[in-house]
Amino acid sequence: MPHTDATAVALARDGDSDAFRALVDRHSRAVYRLAHRMTGNPQDADDVVQDTFLKAYRQLGRFESRANFSTWLHRIAVNCSIDLIRGRKHQESGHDASDLEALDSVDDRRVDPSPERLMLSTEVQEQVSRAMAGLTHMERAAFVLRHFEGQSIEEIGQALGLKANAAKHSIFRAVRKMRLALEPFVES
Amino acid sequence: MHLNEDDLVLHYYGELPPAEESRASAHLTQCGACQNDYTRLQQVMAWVDSAPAVDAEPGFEAIAWARLEPALTSSHRAAWRWFVFSPATLALAAGVLLLIGVSFTAGRLTTTTAPGGASAPQSADTVRERILLVDLGDHLDRSQMVLVELVSAGADSGDVDISTERARAEQLVAVNRLYRQTALSTGDAAMASVLDDLERVLVDIAASPATVSRQDLDSVRRRIDSKELLFKVRVVTSQVRERQKVAIQERTGQHTIGS
Repeated sequence: MPHTDATAVALARDGDSDAFRALVDRHSRAVYRLAHRMTGNPQDADDVVQDTFLKAYRQLGRFESRANFSTWLHRIAVNCSIDLIRGRKHQESGHDASDLEALDSVDDRRVDPSPERLMLSTEVQEQVSRAMAGLTHMERAAFVLRHFEGQSIEEIGQALGLKANAAKHSIFRAVRKMRLALEPFVES
Repeated sequence: MHLNEDDLVLHYYGELPPAEESRASAHLTQCGACQNDYTRLQQVMAWVDSAPAVDAEPGFEAIAWARLEPALTSSHRAAWRWFVFSPATLALAAGVLLLIGVSFTAGRLTTTTAPGGASAPQSADTVRERILLVDLGDHLDRSQMVLVELVSAGADSGDVDISTERARAEQLVAVNRLYRQTALSTGDAAMASVLDDLERVLVDIAASPATVSRQDLDSVRRRIDSKELLFKVRVVTSQVRERQKVAIQERTGQHTIGS
């Protein structure tokens, strides 16, 4: 197995499939985590991983050898996730008020968390996942790009094909929903 | 004037314009209510940050590679064939995808229609649909064969050579993925679900070593059994074959009328 990504990329460019496999072995898990965060479900995350590596393989010739492969791949994965989400844009209708009301109404069904249980990262993960599941595809993508990827609202608007104001409001709605869903746990 | 919820979000992300940012920061030092609200926002965001991202299952890398490799091979071949990118070839590929989409959308692959309704002229779509049905039927047959061979592989103890099944599974994964995605995008949920279950098992097989232990083989078998995969694949195969028959009857009826 090549020792560095740069070596693996150079070999893969020459058609060495073992070298490309080494890159898949090293980075596919991180791409999956990002894709799952962006899309919110394992099947879509699987598909994003496939599309990301396929795109990377086809574009290896364009990769600057001095650049960081992981960063480059990460960018491709974000774009693949966005492509998938944008493809679903038309399936989403307005979710604002009714969504927030729905989130309010599920509060009663939540399990009363003891501090011990919430110490477990899986519990936290579960609560955050549940809160994220209450977001629309666009809200989720905008929130992940802003919160985890550190992109500006303007960049997010461009990436998602939204006007800056619409991107901003997607983030506002997402944060509002996250607060509604998570504040009871944070305060307990 | 207090900061509203949206101002606090913009302040948190550093997205307020400079003048408003100074005003917001100054206000937060003086206003207990806004400071409390901002602290709650920070706590929620810290909570979000502390949740680990969802990780892939163990062995994900091997599975990802098994799904990817067939596509890479064809991609690599394509790089050597400049003519693949010719307008004619692209048009053909688009036509095939469109055809698959149309057929799924029309629900023709999994639903049967009463025979004898072949009064409309036989269109190019009908001919293509028959070709597609044959292809999908063959794909399902080949997949079934791999599953059956694994389920009934040697009962002796010791390692089992599954290199043949593995090679065939590798070839089937990429095609299956295309059918599944088409079924998904056209709303044929029943077909997509069966193809998804099938793909996961095919990927598992493709990612397995050429020789597996008895326990590993049993684990693959359990996966096939737990999802009643063989049964489901047989059902959709028979639906596809039934539809093929109807298509042939329609064609025959059409020839009679037309002759």
